[in-house]
Amino acid sequence: MKRVVFTIVSTVTGLVMLLSFKTHPISTATAATAVVNRPVATPSASASASAGTTSTKTATATSTKTVTGDSVDTRWGPVQVAITVTNGKITAAKAVVYPQSNPKDEEINSYAVPTLNSEAVSSSSASIDMVSGATYTSQGYIGSLQSALDKL
Amino acid sequence: MTVTAARPTRHVEHCMGTVFSFAVADEGDWTEAIADAVGWLHQVDATFSTYRPDSAVSRLRRGEDVHDPLVDEVLSLCERYERETDGAFSAHLPGGLDPSGLVKGWAVEWASGILREHGSANHAVSGGGDMQLAGAAAPGRPWRVGIADPFDPTRVLTTIEGTDLAVATSGTAERGAHLVEPGTGEPARALASVTVTGPSLAWVDVAATAAFVKGQGALDWLRAQRLGGIVVDLQGTVTRTG
Repeated sequence: MKRVVFTIVSTVTGLVMLLSFKTHPISTATAATAVVNRPVATPSASASASAGTTSTKTATATSTKTVTGDSVDTRWGPVQVAITVTNGKITAAKAVVYPQSNPKDEEINSYAVPTLNSEAVSSSSASIDMVSGATYTSQGYIGSLQSALDKL
Repeated sequence: MTVTAARPTRHVEHCMGTVFSFAVADEGDWTEAIADAVGWLHQVDATFSTYRPDSAVSRLRRGEDVHDPLVDEVLSLCERYERETDGAFSAHLPGGLDPSGLVKGWAVEWASGILREHGSANHAVSGGGDMQLAGAAAPGRPWRVGIADPFDPTRVLTTIEGTDLAVATSGTAERGAHLVEPGTGEPARALASVTVTGPSLAWVDVAATAAFVKGQGALDWLRAQRLGGIVVDLQGTVTRTG
């Protein structure tokens, strides 16, 4: 049974390339566990993870980490994305390297760099598995973002 | 919540000058399945790349004799799709034979088939934003695809939800104004982007290219093909088939 539903998403502020940010409850817990298991996490967070807890509530200190993805070449130049992880949750993603101009693309002159704010990350209604778009630079963004996620 | 699916297994592969993305929603270890699918993509690139002088397609372009079942299949599909799009899609470009417009979507559809052969019923494979979606993202939750605003890729214009579905988008931003009107050789300029949905990515991807080239007639043509479509014109107006 094939099902296609079209929905306008006018409230999404960033190009939510939520490739791995699926925010249904179970994946949020999984992501938190994966992050606090990293050696750089605070000791209390590690302890809570190894005790099987799926929440970072017991970590009193704020743990913030920035992970930079690989640089991905696009036709317009390299794109590189950095994500910020706070207490096991991705709170921001931004492109740190991106093409500054695109002379061949002047009719569609606005390809601002995709940003991803914490609101978009936490909103389950904005959960998106994949992005389809005719924007080459976006593909660089997707690739670099994914590689940053893979380093978590 | 009764959702028990683990976080999807994900993989990103650079190939054919773009980014391929895998997400397997089924539980289990999909390392080998993804490696098989990735190997297939690189095999396709080695066979069909017009940038590699040793590829089968490059040899064909030089007039050499090539006997390759993959090439035969792709070229016969190209001919069929050229007829079905009234020539809006063609592998015969001014620069010579170039089936690249078909190859990526066709390869992604097959990559999905490889994952299925390995036992995965629920996965997504995307090649540069054109994707084959199998099953669902999680039990009871269809795959959700954001369609980027062609005028502002920081925005998601709309989303498409579906199970067992292919989605492809064509537009000038994709690779510059690379899509040309077959009659004039001029860049196609009536629309900003066309997103097409249907069962098979090989066809959906070609249909998106053809619909974009057809311009104003895109939606009527897509309806006649029994495909779904979202069209964004140069004023930013969004219209759809359904």
